Amino acid sequence: MTTILIAIAALLALAAVFGAALGFASEKFKVEGDPIVDQIDALLPQTQCGQCGHPGCRPYAEAIANGEEHNRCPPGGEVTVEALAELLGREVLPLDDDGSEDATVKKVAYIREDECIGCTKCIQACPVDAIVGAAKLMHTVIVDECTGCDLCVEPCPVDCIDMVPVAPTLGTWTWQRPAGAGQSPEQRIDVVNL
Amino acid sequence: MLARLFRGGTREIFDFPGGIHPPEHKSESNTTPILPGPLPSQLILPLNMHIGAPARPLVQVGDKVLKGQHLAEGNGAVSAPVHAPTSGTVVAIGPRPIQHPSGMDAPCLVLEPDGEDRWGDRAPLDDPFALSPGELLERIAEAGIVGLGGAGFPTSVKVSLGDHQRVRELIINGVECEPFITADDRLMRERAADIVQGIQVLQYLLNPERTLLGIEDNKPEAAAALRAAAVGADIDVRVVPTKYPSGGEKQLIQLLTGKEVGSGGLPIQVGVVCQNVGTAYALKRALFDGEPLISRITTVTGDAVARPGNYEILLGTPVAELLQHAGVDQTRLQRLVLGGPMMGFTLHNPAIPLVKTSNCLIAASTDLLPEPEPEQACIRCGACADACPASLLPQQLYWYAKNDDLERAQQQNLMDCIECGACAYVCPSHIPLVQYYRYAKGEIRIQAAERAKADRARERFEARQARVEKEQAEKEARRRARQQANRAPAPAGDNATALKQTSLDASKAYKAAVKAAKEAETRDDPDLARYQAEVEKRKTAADRAKAAVRDAGKAAPPSTDAHPKAEADLKKQVADASAAYKSALREAKAALAEEREDAATLQSRAETLKAEADRLKATLRDARAGQPASAPTAAPDPVEELKKAVAEASSAYKAAVKATKEAEQNEADDVARLRAEADRLKAKADELKQQLRDAKAAAPATPKTAPPPPAAAASPTPTEPASGGGQESESDEEAAKRQKRLNALKTAYKMAHKQYKEAHSALDRARRDGAVDLAAMEARVEKLKAKADHTRDALDALMDETKASLLAHTGKDLKTLKLDAARAETALRDKSDELKRLRDTADEDTLKRLTSELGTLEHDAHLARRALKQALEEHGLAEE
Amino acid sequence: MALINASSPHARGPVDTGMVMRQVIYATLPGLAILTLLFGIGTLLNVIWAILVALLCEAAMLRARGRPVALYLRDGSAVVTAVLLALALPPTAPWWLTFIGVAFAIIVAKQLYGGLGMNPFNPAMVGYVLLLISFPVAMTNWVGGAPYRTPYVLESVLQFLGHGPLDGLSGATPLDTFRTFAGNADALDRMIVLHGRWAGLGWEWVNLAFLLGGVYLLFRRVIGWHIPLAFLAGLAVPALIAWQIDPLRYADPLFHLFSGGTMLGAFFIATDPVSAATSSRGRLIYGVLIGILIWVIRTYGGYPDAVAFSVLLLNLAAPFIDYYTRPRTYGHERAKRGAGS
Repeated sequence: MTTILIAIAALLALAAVFGAALGFASEKFKVEGDPIVDQIDALLPQTQCGQCGHPGCRPYAEAIANGEEHNRCPPGGEVTVEALAELLGREVLPLDDDGSEDATVKKVAYIREDECIGCTKCIQACPVDAIVGAAKLMHTVIVDECTGCDLCVEPCPVDCIDMVPVAPTLGTWTWQRPAGAGQSPEQRIDVVNL
Repeated sequence: MLARLFRGGTREIFDFPGGIHPPEHKSESNTTPILPGPLPSQLILPLNMHIGAPARPLVQVGDKVLKGQHLAEGNGAVSAPVHAPTSGTVVAIGPRPIQHPSGMDAPCLVLEPDGEDRWGDRAPLDDPFALSPGELLERIAEAGIVGLGGAGFPTSVKVSLGDHQRVRELIINGVECEPFITADDRLMRERAADIVQGIQVLQYLLNPERTLLGIEDNKPEAAAALRAAAVGADIDVRVVPTKYPSGGEKQLIQLLTGKEVGSGGLPIQVGVVCQNVGTAYALKRALFDGEPLISRITTVTGDAVARPGNYEILLGTPVAELLQHAGVDQTRLQRLVLGGPMMGFTLHNPAIPLVKTSNCLIAASTDLLPEPEPEQACIRCGACADACPASLLPQQLYWYAKNDDLERAQQQNLMDCIECGACAYVCPSHIPLVQYYRYAKGEIRIQAAERAKADRARERFEARQARVEKEQAEKEARRRARQQANRAPAPAGDNATALKQTSLDASKAYKAAVKAAKEAETRDDPDLARYQAEVEKRKTAADRAKAAVRDAGKAAPPSTDAHPKAEADLKKQVADASAAYKSALREAKAALAEEREDAATLQSRAETLKAEADRLKATLRDARAGQPASAPTAAPDPVEELKKAVAEASSAYKAAVKATKEAEQNEADDVARLRAEADRLKAKADELKQQLRDAKAAAPATPKTAPPPPAAAASPTPTEPASGGGQESESDEEAAKRQKRLNALKTAYKMAHKQYKEAHSALDRARRDGAVDLAAMEARVEKLKAKADHTRDALDALMDETKASLLAHTGKDLKTLKLDAARAETALRDKSDELKRLRDTADEDTLKRLTSELGTLEHDAHLARRALKQALEEHGLAEE
Repeated sequence: MALINASSPHARGPVDTGMVMRQVIYATLPGLAILTLLFGIGTLLNVIWAILVALLCEAAMLRARGRPVALYLRDGSAVVTAVLLALALPPTAPWWLTFIGVAFAIIVAKQLYGGLGMNPFNPAMVGYVLLLISFPVAMTNWVGGAPYRTPYVLESVLQFLGHGPLDGLSGATPLDTFRTFAGNADALDRMIVLHGRWAGLGWEWVNLAFLLGGVYLLFRRVIGWHIPLAFLAGLAVPALIAWQIDPLRYADPLFHLFSGGTMLGAFFIATDPVSAATSSRGRLIYGVLIGILIWVIRTYGGYPDAVAFSVLLLNLAAPFIDYYTRPRTYGHERAKRGAGS
C-alpha cells in the first residue's frame, strides 16, 4: 500500500514539475504573431490576381493557414504548390486551375495605346498600381511592376489590353539545363552565309 | 592551404588548389608575328562591348565619320564609349547578332568603311605624367578602354580608387593560361616596351607598393622580352608554373601574393588591382599616341584555318571576314568558338562581330575539338573536386543543380564558381558540369529577381489597399457632412432635429467604442471584455436614439392638403424610412456575417422597414401621379430606383454567401439554413435584376415617353430595322441607335448566359449534395437556357441585319474588308520576313529597296485596317 | 552547314569512365593468373560466369528502368563488380553461388538504388557478404596451395558445376588457421600452411599480384594513393604494435598485409569511388578506418577475413566523413557545413 502511495506521490510530483516547466516554457518562448501566414505569403507570387477567390495574396495566405487548400494559385504554378506543401507538411495537390493557360509563361499587360480611350477602369482594377494614366488620356503599363494578373483585361471597354509573354532579354537569358544522363549535351545549329 | 612551391629571396610564388594541364596548342599560332587584320566591308559595333550599361549613340544613319571619332558615349557610371575603327559612313543603327551565348540580337552601329582610313583629331600626350590622375582617368574613360583579358570591365572605373583604398600590389596579368590563345604572348614579345609604358601609367595612377607581372613558364620569350623592357622600371616579372586557370584574376592574385579575395568581394579589398597586359598596351596607345581603343589583337587558330596566327583586327570585324582572311576550310569547320576552349562559347552566326573582349577565335574540326560525348552517370570519383581551383565540391553542386535544389547549391557556394571548366574537363563521365552551374546560377538570379518583384508587388498592393480604404473613409465622411448640411436647414420640428442630433452623437460614440475595442483586440488588451461591453452599451443607446428619430418621423402628421409641402414631407419620410431600412440592413448584414444570434430578428426588422419605405414611396408616387403636370421630369427615375434595389439585394446576397462560406469552413451546423437564405436572397436579387433589365430595355427605346411598350427590347422584331426604309436614308442617328440596341442585346445575352451558368452549377451542387427538389431546379436551368438562347438568336439576327445594311450601304461586304485588311497584313509580314532574312547577305541597294517596299506595304495595311475599323464603327459592330 | 553548339569547356580531358573501368579490369589480371595457377581454374570459370550474369542482370534492369542499355553497359561498371566479386569468392565456388552473389549485387545493391553512382554500398561486397552469411561453409572452403595440391582442370570444372568439395584438396586459409591456433606456439609451428615466406604458402603471391595491379592503377592515375596507403597503414600499424607486444597471439604485419584479401581490398575494393569518401582528407580517414577495422575483426571477430565487412561499414560512414572534411572554399573564412552531403 505504501509503495503504491509513494509511486503515486512521485508521479504527481513529477507531473507537477514538468507541468510547471512546460507552462514556464510556453510563456517564456511564446511565439509572437502568426509567422506561418507570413511564411505562406512569402511563397505566394504576389500577383494579387484573386484567382484563388481571395482579394489578394495575403488573404489567401491567411485562408491557407486556416485550412484552405493550397493549390488554388495558378500564377504560382506547381512550384508554389510544392513549396507550400513542404512548408505546411501537407500533400502535394494537383494545381486547381482550368488548365487553359500555361502559368509557367510569364506575361505582362500591354495597352494598345492608340485604342485606349482613357476610361481609367483598368487603373482601378490593377491591384498593384502598375497602370498610369488619367481620365480621357491614354494609359500605359509600368512593365516592371506588372504582375501579369490580367485583372485589367476584363474591365477594358474597348479590349485594348493584351497579355503578352515576357520575352527574354540579354539580361534575363540563362543557360538551359543539360538534357541529363544518357543524352548528348550538344546540338547542331545551322549556320548561313559563311 | 597555401603550399609554397618555390622560395628564392623575395621572389616567392604561391600555389592555388586544383588546376589542370590541358594540351596547350599554342605553337599553332605563336610562331608568326602579329599580322594586320582584314578591312571588312562592314564593321558592326555593338553598343555593349563591355560590362555595364550600353553606350548611347552620338551619330545618325548616313553620317560620315573619321577614324577614332566618338560614335557613342558612355552611359552612366559603368560604361564605355565606342569609336570609329576606320573612316566611313554609318549605314545602320539597330539590332544585330552579337557576341553572346544566347544568340540574341542587341543594338549595334554599322559602319561602312570608305577605305581611306582617315584619322580624325588625335591628341597624343608627350608626357602623360604631367596630367593629374583625374585628368588621365577622364582620358582613359574617353578612349573607351576596358579590360581586354575577357571580362571587359571599364578600366577607368577599375583604376579609380575610393578615398580609403590603398593599393599594395599592382598585378599585370600576362599569364594567358587558356590553351590555343597566344594574343598576349605575341604582344609581349613584340611590343614589350609599349606595355611597360602602359604599366607606368597604371603605377602613376595607383601608386602601388610593388608591381608584379605574372607570366606562365611556357612563354620564355615573352618573359625575356618584358624583363629586357622593364629594366629601370619598378616592375617585377615573375614566372609562374603553367597550370590552368592561373590566369584567372583571383588565382593569379593567390599565385603572386598568397592573398585570397573574399567571396563576392573585389581585389581592391585586399589591396590588389589586376590589369591585363593588353589593357596596359591599350593605355599606352590611348595616352601617348592619342588613339582610342579601336583595334585589338585576336588569335585565330584551329585546324580549320590555313593561316592561324595573331591578327590586329579592327573592332567590329565580322567573324566570317576574319575567318576568310585566315583561310578557313569550310568543309573542316565543325565548331566555332569565340574565346578559349575552356571558357569561350560557340558561335551561332558568323556575322557576329569581334569586339573589345574577343581574344581568340577557334575554328576547329571534330578532330581537334571532338563532339561532346553523351552524359554518363556521376561515379563520384572526385576528380572534379581535385581540379577545382576554388575548392568547391563540383559533384555535390552537380546533384543540387540537377535536382533544382538551389538553396543547397548556394549553401555549397555555387556562386563562388568561376566557371573555369576544369571540373568538366576532367570528368570521366562527360557531364557538362559548367552548363549545370550556369543553369543553376541563372535560376538563382531569376528567383531572386522574382522574389524582389513579388516583395515590391506586395508593398504596392498594401499601399493601394491603404489608399483605397482612406479614400472610402473620406468619401463616407464627406457624404455624412453633406447629409448633415442638407438636414440642418430642413423645416422639421425642433424635436426631430434634437433627436437626430442625439442619434448621431450616439452612433458616433458607438463607432468610437468599436474602434477602441478593435484596437484593444489587436494589442491584446486584458480589458477587452470591458471594451466590448462598452460597445454593446453604446450600440443599444444608438439604436434607441435611432428608433426615437424614426418614431418622431412617423409621428409627424403628414399634412396632405398642401400639395408641394405634402410632397416634400413625403419625400423626407421616404428618405428617412429608406435610411432606416438601410441601417437596419447593414446591421443585419453585419450580424449575418458574424453569425450573431439576432441576425434573423434584424433581418425581419429590415424587411418591415423596407415594406414601410416601399409603402411610403408608393404614396409619394401616387401623390405625384395625382398632379402629373407638376414636374414629370422630376419624378424619380424608376430605373435608378431599381438599380439601387438591385445593388442592395445583390450585396445582401453576397454577404449571405460570404457568411455561408465561412460557416462551411467552420463546419457550423446552420450551413444549410444559411445557404437557403443566400439562395432566397439571390432569387430576390435576380428578380430585381430582371425588372431592372426590362425597365432599362424599355427606357432607351422610348426615352421620355411615359408608358413603356410591353415588348422589351430583348426580343426585337425583325420588321423593325426593315421599317428603316431606304438604305440611302439610313442616317448616323439610326446607326447609333442600332449600336445602342446591339449593346443592350449583348449585355442581355451575357446576363442570361451567366444566370444559366450559375443555375447550372447550383444544380450540380445540389446533385452532389443529394438534394430532393431537383426537378424545380432543372426546370429553372432549362428556362434560363432557353432564355439565353433566345437572346442570342435575337442578337445574331440583329447582327446579320446590320451586316446586310453595311453591304448595301458601302457596296462592300464586311468580309471583303476583313480580307483586304488581312491580305495587306500578310504582304507586310512577308516583306518584313524577307528583309530580316536578307539582312546579312544582301547588298545595300537591295536592302534599301526592300525597306522602301516595306514602308509602302505598311501604309497599305494601315489604310485597310482603318477602313475596316471605320466600317465597323459606323455600323454599330465595333465591339464584334 | 551546321556547327556544334555546346557549353564550355570545349576541350575534354582524356579520362573516360569506360576507360577507367577497363584499366581496373586489366589490373586484376596478374591476380587472376596467380589464383588460377595456385588454386586451379575455378576462379577463372567463376570470373567468366560472373561477367555473363552481371551483364545480363544489368541489361535487364536497365531495360526495366527505361535507361539506354547500350550506353550504360559500355561504362563497364557491371563487369568490374562481377570480376571483383568472383575474385573474392573461393575457387571452389559452384555456379549457383556466384550467380546469387552477382545477381544480388547488380540488381539489389546497384540498380535498385538507382544504378551507377547512386549505390551507397560497394555492390561486389554486398554480394559477397550476402553469400558469406547465407552459405558460410561454401564460402570458407579453399582448395589448393600447400599442403594440398592444385586441383586439376576437370576437378575445378566439376566443382564449378556443383559436385564438390573434393576431399583431400580443400582446407582452411592461413588466416583461418592462424586465428584457430593463435597463442598456441606448438600448433602454429606445426601448421605447414603458415610456413610461406611471409603470409602462408601461396597467399603472398596472390597478394603481391594484386599489389602489382594496384601499383599499375596508381601509375595510370586511375585511383588515388590516399585510400590504399591509408588502408594498408591502418592495418599494418595496429598489427605491428600488437605483434611487438605478443608475437604468439598476434600475427605479424607482413602476414596481415599479404594474406587474405588485403591487397585486393586496398587497391580494388576500397577505392570504388561511388561508395567511398570523396575529399582527399576524407579518403585518408576512410582508408585508415577500414584498415583498423580489418585488423580488429581479424583479431577479435568471428570471421576469418574482414575486408568486406570493413568496407561496407565505412561505406555507411562515407557521407558522414565527407560532411566533416569539406574543403574551405576560396574566399571563405572556413568550411561551410549545414546541407547534407
